[in-house]
Amino acid sequence: MTWSATARGAHQPDNTAFTQQRLPAWQPLLSASIALPLFFCAGLAFIGLGLGLFYSSNGIKELEYDYTGNPGTGNCSACALADQDRAPPLRCSCSWYFSLPELFPGPVYLYYELTNFYQNNRRYSVSRDDTQLSGLPSALRHPANECAPYQRRASGLPIAPCGAIANSLFNDSFSLWHQRQPGGPYVEVPLDRTGIAWWTDCHVKFRNPPLVNGSLALAFQGTAPPPNWRRPVYELSPDPNNTGFINQDFVVWMRTAALPTFRKLYARIRQGNYSSGLPRGAYLVNITYNYPVRAFGGHKLIVFSNISWMGGKNPFLGIAYLVVGSLCILMGFVMLGVYIRYQDQNDEDEDEE
Amino acid sequence: MFCSKKKSLEVERIVKANDREYNEKFQYADNRIHTSKYNILTFLPINLFEQFQRVANAYFLFLLILQLIPEISSLTWFTTIVPLVLVITMTAVKDATDDYFRHKSDNQVNNRLSEVLIDSKLQNEKWMNVKVGDIVKLENNQFVAADLLLLSSSEPHGLCYIETAELDGETNLKVRHALSVTSELGADFSRLAKFDGPDTKLMQNSGKTKFKRTSIDRLMNTLVLWIFGFLVCLGIILAIGNSIWENQVGNQFRTFLFWNEGEKNSVFSGFLTFWSYIIILNTVVPISLYVSMEVIRLGHSYFINWDRKMYYSGKSTPAEARTTTLNEELGQIEYVFSDKTGTLTQNIMTFKKCSINGKIYGEVHDDVSQKTDITKKNEPVDFSVNPQADTTFQFSDHHLMESVKLGDSKVYEFLRLLALCHTVMSEENSAGQLIYQVQSPDEGALVTAARNLGFIFKSRTPETITVEELGTLVTYQLLAFLDFNNIRKRMSVIVRNPEGQIKLYSKGADTILFEKLHPSNEDLLTLTTNHLSEFAGEGLRTLAIAYRDLDDKYFKEWHKMLEDASTLMDERDERIAGLYEEIERDLMLLGATAVEDKLQEGVIETIASLSLANIKIWVLTGDKQETAINIGYACNMLTDDMNDVFIIAGNTAVEVREELRKAKENLFGQNRSSSNGHVVFEKQQLELDSVVEETITGDYALIINGHSLAHALESDVKNDLLELACMCKTVVCCRVTPLQKAQVVELVKNYRNAVTLAIGDGANDVSMIKSAHIGIGISGQEGLQAVLASDYSFAQFRYLQRLLLVHGRWSYFRMCKFLCYFFYKNFAFTLVHFWFGFFCGFSAQTVYDQWFITLFNIVYTSLPVLAMGIFDQDVSDQNSMDYPQLYEPGQLNLLFNKRKFFICMAHGIYTSLALFFIPYGAFYNVAGEDGQHIADYQSFAVTMATSLVIVVSVQIALDTSYWTVINHVFIWGSVATYFSILFTMHSNGIFGIFPNQFPFVGNAQHSLTQKCIWLVILLTTVASVVPVVVVRFLKMDLCPTLSDQIRQRQKAQKKTRPLRSRRPQTRRSSSRRSGYAFAHQEGYGELITSGKNMRAKNPPLTSGLEKTLYNSTSWIENFCKKTTDTVSSFSQDKTVKL
Repeated sequence: MTWSATARGAHQPDNTAFTQQRLPAWQPLLSASIALPLFFCAGLAFIGLGLGLFYSSNGIKELEYDYTGNPGTGNCSACALADQDRAPPLRCSCSWYFSLPELFPGPVYLYYELTNFYQNNRRYSVSRDDTQLSGLPSALRHPANECAPYQRRASGLPIAPCGAIANSLFNDSFSLWHQRQPGGPYVEVPLDRTGIAWWTDCHVKFRNPPLVNGSLALAFQGTAPPPNWRRPVYELSPDPNNTGFINQDFVVWMRTAALPTFRKLYARIRQGNYSSGLPRGAYLVNITYNYPVRAFGGHKLIVFSNISWMGGKNPFLGIAYLVVGSLCILMGFVMLGVYIRYQDQNDEDEDEE
Repeated sequence: MFCSKKKSLEVERIVKANDREYNEKFQYADNRIHTSKYNILTFLPINLFEQFQRVANAYFLFLLILQLIPEISSLTWFTTIVPLVLVITMTAVKDATDDYFRHKSDNQVNNRLSEVLIDSKLQNEKWMNVKVGDIVKLENNQFVAADLLLLSSSEPHGLCYIETAELDGETNLKVRHALSVTSELGADFSRLAKFDGPDTKLMQNSGKTKFKRTSIDRLMNTLVLWIFGFLVCLGIILAIGNSIWENQVGNQFRTFLFWNEGEKNSVFSGFLTFWSYIIILNTVVPISLYVSMEVIRLGHSYFINWDRKMYYSGKSTPAEARTTTLNEELGQIEYVFSDKTGTLTQNIMTFKKCSINGKIYGEVHDDVSQKTDITKKNEPVDFSVNPQADTTFQFSDHHLMESVKLGDSKVYEFLRLLALCHTVMSEENSAGQLIYQVQSPDEGALVTAARNLGFIFKSRTPETITVEELGTLVTYQLLAFLDFNNIRKRMSVIVRNPEGQIKLYSKGADTILFEKLHPSNEDLLTLTTNHLSEFAGEGLRTLAIAYRDLDDKYFKEWHKMLEDASTLMDERDERIAGLYEEIERDLMLLGATAVEDKLQEGVIETIASLSLANIKIWVLTGDKQETAINIGYACNMLTDDMNDVFIIAGNTAVEVREELRKAKENLFGQNRSSSNGHVVFEKQQLELDSVVEETITGDYALIINGHSLAHALESDVKNDLLELACMCKTVVCCRVTPLQKAQVVELVKNYRNAVTLAIGDGANDVSMIKSAHIGIGISGQEGLQAVLASDYSFAQFRYLQRLLLVHGRWSYFRMCKFLCYFFYKNFAFTLVHFWFGFFCGFSAQTVYDQWFITLFNIVYTSLPVLAMGIFDQDVSDQNSMDYPQLYEPGQLNLLFNKRKFFICMAHGIYTSLALFFIPYGAFYNVAGEDGQHIADYQSFAVTMATSLVIVVSVQIALDTSYWTVINHVFIWGSVATYFSILFTMHSNGIFGIFPNQFPFVGNAQHSLTQKCIWLVILLTTVASVVPVVVVRFLKMDLCPTLSDQIRQRQKAQKKTRPLRSRRPQTRRSSSRRSGYAFAHQEGYGELITSGKNMRAKNPPLTSGLEKTLYNSTSWIENFCKKTTDTVSSFSQDKTVKL
């Protein structure tokens, strides 16, 4: 029985750096000469960044209005009342008047904000069929099981687009009117409803099924719209490049939010006289109030905002940078202190030796 | 012809020799050796069955099944199946290769040929086809692969000599004889197969090898249980949250999140959520943890195999890690149990020094008259003038040779004694060279010394001894042989020289022999005593040598009395012993011999170094007390500086208890003695002891023999023994049986909770090797049993130092670092889901993409931590050896324990908080650079995943202290791989093929071009890492570990004096101590005088044979009585020598 020790590799092991664990290596040590400058530099850089972020965030203008219509909060209350216990609710309009004392610098973005809306709920967010939305004809009439119970209508017709997300499409609409002179007429401010979704979403992820005889309606024949919808998907917009699955409002809605409070881009204001922003004056937002949120204690808001180099208004990031930067510097001093004491002690020790 | 043997299961076994048909009725096992587990057909089912018996695999299978339930499935099935399949495949491949090698080795043994009597003809038959009851013919130097019953042999009286190297590692020949009934049957040497295959004594004794686990493994099991508990808690919290949420919020959310009322309620939803979260959070203990641990250990095992510093060129044997699952345990050893012969010593005896008539030989005197050991500059004596000289013998003192040439009569007498008084057998080999067959290597050394110095023992018969004295053949008549035994501690021969003078030559322990000396020897005695002390001080094994001239008449009277006594029925032994006493008196002292039991190379240094590493070394040996003590001194394990050496040698339980009590009293002082020996207070006592242990100052040693040990291991004394032994610096157990060796190991293992290591070379060490946490076999010797049972093997004891201090320490260090990091990483990774639960209605929504969850542990972060686990070094191997104190953290379990685990966990939790809440704060209602909303779920997921990968990569970069090329490649490569896979999976192309599997299309391009997202990632990284850096920096400054200090020095490249590293003292003490030690077995004298072991073709010069034949049965009885082994039992794989 001599195989185990000798039969295999009776020879001397290879003398390589690898086998002998002598690979040349960089052995960094957390020494004071590296750590302390690093801490001070990082701290200063972070404080600088934090200040920059803080000020640019502060420079961003935001104007928001809660139009949920809780009793006594404006003229949307009527709609809210009418909406109660009715799904789908009746068509109802209300408006929000505001005035700008000075120019609201552009470009100005118009958002709607929903609170307490759990787009990130797992059962909600899986309820979609990306294959169907990518325009695959086979998938169009065979929605995925994840869409259930919004997979097929009671009649057996497949729903397109299927799923809870599509069914709950936000369907309030807004129009913005500007009164240039007091008492003057309200002029509609052009809202750019395109370019609000990601390019990849509109061009790759969401595609309409191939047209049948040049008609999108025929392409969707044999499918039914989601139960909450009043119009079929191919009539979401009169613009043929913005209807069906590639309708930008729909695409934006389908990109579900990470948090229960979220904003979605509704329109950009960048045309005509408004390319540099909203000039001072009185404004009116006409709201078509469709979307019920009060049932689950949600709020609907309308938000005007502009952006800076780092995006929208965000005081958190600037403050966080300031805090972390200051902590770095503070820690740097603590470490420096300890290091100096330790060095002294070390020297003494060596003297004693 | 029937033969039977008692067995535990079958009471007796009836076999008809050479009758296969009859024997087949009993369906005895065949002689095929099966160590393999599978064949091609059974491999898949059996292997899979075995694999799913492992808790971890079964658990993941369970998870997989959960994931297939749509209501629960919070993760797609591939997140679990991909790693699980990977793991199962890897294990299966490993098992398959292992089994393939087992098949190969089985075949090798099974296909060895033997000659079997079939149909009245000798036929060649493979060993595997040998059946119970077959008659086998064996020839000289053949392997035996079954238990055999010796029927007869070509030797006279049915004797045969066997080597049991593969059983116990002893290369001496052992005598076995055939049953007297069968011995006359034939000259051919044949045997009857008795037990076959799995029934052989060896296979029966080898027992089931216990599956060894490391203490880290056991700790891991506890931790994994805790983690599961933690998981369940989290799951319950989230499930309750879900129930409340569904009740309060979800209920009103039905407009958008429809479900069929009545079918489900919030409690049921909570129940489902619980399982969903169990699936999501299971990544805290991912499968890859176990696989990675195996891979790391395998890597370490290869490093052991590859280490040239543990390669013994003498026998071209590299070190071998035979078990690949125990490496980190090598870094935690507290107790080493070592065999002596073949492990500490080479089992080579060399004649080193002698004292003849008051003059010392074998020593070199300097000008300063300071004695030094023989060094290389002294030319060894050239024995080439003597054609019969043994060329391997070396002696450096020319004075002795000169004295021989000068014709010093005392020197002659001395050498003559060495050539006459022994039990050596001589034979000539084919080249005409004189070969000595020795049964004790000490004697061999002495006889060889005499041979080289001109007194050549040529041959013997039962009645004569022929010696060539300086070229002339002299035949002495052997008149009496006064055999050795343990009480007498001496042996003598009475011979008549050709001149007719009768002389008694005696050699034995100095303490015994000196009492028998003639009063006229007083001066010489003092001188010789001094010399003996000196020899003993050097760790040499000494014998005193004396002779006595007898006059004819006296001898004849005495001889007559002896003959009378030997025919007595009662009190025979006592009478003979008395007669021996009577004639062995008034001896004339000749001198003393000093034989070196050669230590293996580097033993002293290794032991010193291991002691500095706080490793306690216990020697467990089958040798007798004197020999063991001697080696203890030779290895510097026992020194005269020791405060006390307790020797426990009682024969009864009461004696042993008393001796232990006394020793303890001695150790603690009287005040504690009252509570000793009471088992009732065991617990408190042990606690107390740990306190007392600290206060014990000074070095103590404990020596205990096998008899006492048997009593001391009884349950009520056990604790006393342990307590005492653990406070002694050195423990030597002598005359212990293999079972006792294992018991001692078990004792320490169970009651001390210490990690034990056993090292040995023979089959008698197998039990101890198997029961210790780590078993090490000395390889490169003939016997392989120890190696086969061992976990690690190497050729030299000294490699133990490197194995423990370098490989063991590194393995432990690396494994601990690996585990800390791994737990940290997975807590950081997984707990983010928990925080997210509070913001997504506790709906078991994952934070990350499913693919990221699948790949995070097996692709994105596996290699850097593996590289750290395999290659990391804090200090170099040289420094590890130079500063044995570096070993201590392992023994104290400092680098990974429950506390460390909680720290890692806290670190992970902190990181997960930073990972979740910084993006949360930064994304709350925020637009991106292009005005589009940024807080969508997918961007959030990508941001967090990217932050996580970067944070854990930075963390591993901080943890890695030894950046080889491989580390660089793996760390940078992992980050690069993450980004390339991310961009691939978010690419348009792959979405076009599988739209449902890759819904994140375009996300990476969109998110990772936003400054805001990078700012978030940067902030998250810094916030997670800064506290770690601060803590490490302060720790290194405020309470640096030894390893830190050495690393700093290493960095500074300064040559500094060893830190607190005391080199072993080379000075040896030389107090009076008997160095008597003699590895001798009783009974050989009788064997010689009976002539049983001499060939008939060597015709006796005198006619003594008839006489001895007459009482042949009696010596056989005696021999059987005195040898402990059962006479007729043989086991597999012994070499038979004829």
